[in-house]
Amino acid sequence: MTNNPTDTQVIQDCTILSIRNLNVHAGNHHILKDINLEIPKNRITVLLGPSGCGKTTLLKCMNKLTDLYRELKVTGNIFIEDDDILNTSKNIPSIRQKMGLLSQRPYPLPVSIYKNVAYGIKLKGIRDRKLIDYNVEKHLKEVGLWNEVKDRLHSPATSLSIGQQQRLCLARGLAVKPRIILADEPTSALDPISSKIIENLFRNLKENYTIILVTHVLRQAIRLADHVIFMYNGEIIEQGTPDELFNNPKSEKLKEYMVEGN
Amino acid sequence: MNRWKIIEEKIFIALSAIATYSLIAVLGLIIVIVFVKGFNALSLDMVIKTPKGGYYYGGEGGVLNAIVGSIYIAFGATLIAIVLGMPAALFLNVHLVRHKKTQETIRYLLDVLWGIPSIVYGAFGFTLMLFFGLNASLLAGIITVALLVTPIMVRTFDEVLSTIPRGLHEASLALGSTKAETSYKVMLKQGFSGFITAALLAFGRGIGDAASVLFTAGYTDLIPVNLDEPAATLPLAIFFQLGSPIPEVRERAYAASTILTIIILIISLSARFLSNRYSKTNIK
Repeated sequence: MTNNPTDTQVIQDCTILSIRNLNVHAGNHHILKDINLEIPKNRITVLLGPSGCGKTTLLKCMNKLTDLYRELKVTGNIFIEDDDILNTSKNIPSIRQKMGLLSQRPYPLPVSIYKNVAYGIKLKGIRDRKLIDYNVEKHLKEVGLWNEVKDRLHSPATSLSIGQQQRLCLARGLAVKPRIILADEPTSALDPISSKIIENLFRNLKENYTIILVTHVLRQAIRLADHVIFMYNGEIIEQGTPDELFNNPKSEKLKEYMVEGN
Repeated sequence: MNRWKIIEEKIFIALSAIATYSLIAVLGLIIVIVFVKGFNALSLDMVIKTPKGGYYYGGEGGVLNAIVGSIYIAFGATLIAIVLGMPAALFLNVHLVRHKKTQETIRYLLDVLWGIPSIVYGAFGFTLMLFFGLNASLLAGIITVALLVTPIMVRTFDEVLSTIPRGLHEASLALGSTKAETSYKVMLKQGFSGFITAALLAFGRGIGDAASVLFTAGYTDLIPVNLDEPAATLPLAIFFQLGSPIPEVRERAYAASTILTIIILIISLSARFLSNRYSKTNIK
């Protein structure tokens, strides 16, 4: 981590999410070990590390999907805009709406393209048809899908290619007006061209959203990251700017990972 | 490959093929025999008339009372099975998703219920009927058959719901849907073809069962117009007529069997058709 006080100060000033002493156990297995981190606002933060190092679990802690797994014991604090979501009495759906999730492979809802995006809009309580139509178009344009689907809005979402489905899921997520986008290896099932489209979208979306991207692809991290967190075996090994980490890795693990990754 | 392996392979393929095709042959044989035997007695009168005086001695009339009674009972029981079974299956797969042990126990218990012979349900329904002071009636028949078919409905629907990818469930919750929205707007939609199959399977099982309605629904030559009146059923119409010493009446039992078989064929074909139709938007 950086020792430069001014840099730390900058990060703290525009932190949107911070995690304190987060531990996750599954039975005797200690999955996440004493995680402390800050996620800067309107930046792309990359959680980098090999498969099975706890990146996805960390992401699932942030929107409380860990609740679905009884065997996971989560302790610590996760603050999103001063709300400790792990220990709050606020209702979980409203916390989850602060974040949009993009998973490894797209899971559109089993309805039409239009209804997928409209579902997210309706969850925010909007019932007016014209307003829904307007927002569906807006969010589909936001992910660059509008021109490709405007003539078949009422076809099943599954008729789209997998790359288009992933963008549709992103549009659906944006429709609930999140502050943060959680992306869990969103390009791992996609071809290089679709992956590139998603990466470019992230670059544009960070103006209005904070993006937390889980990846094990070093090159993707180098291409996109404003802030990097390198994890190994449930621990944060190093975190900082890409320049700090990639040009001057301190730990043996990261050095090794960079050699293997290239 | 050496010669023995080739022979071994051929023997196993032949045995498997014999097993498969003989099963199909048995099914075909049942349908052919029932149709052939019932064909002579099958007439429009059988389907549109109730038994007249002396019907059971070869007199005029038909089994409309039993057709209508069976449809009423199966329909009523399926309705109850849907009202209880749909929320139960969704609850099992959405709310209890983190309670694996409870989930497994409930599934096991439902499987036990599924396996209980229908005569036991009949006896239980009969006790229940006496306890509430009911007579053998359409209502008692519906309740008893509902007990029989609800576990079938829940487990069949549950099997389909449990194959829905976890990712879809998580995607719905991640959007900020509540568990109820996830259940009824996402899981039910994705599992709707399975739901139809489950409901029609319950209907098919309900309409064909004799033992559960033997003591509870009673038997009558009239078409029931109220829930507290007794109701005739096709399986019992077959049972009573098959026991007759008069050959003509026995033929009518086969005609009634043909009618029941046709109803069940229609149901399973609609199940196929409808489940294909409703799975068009499903994610794979």
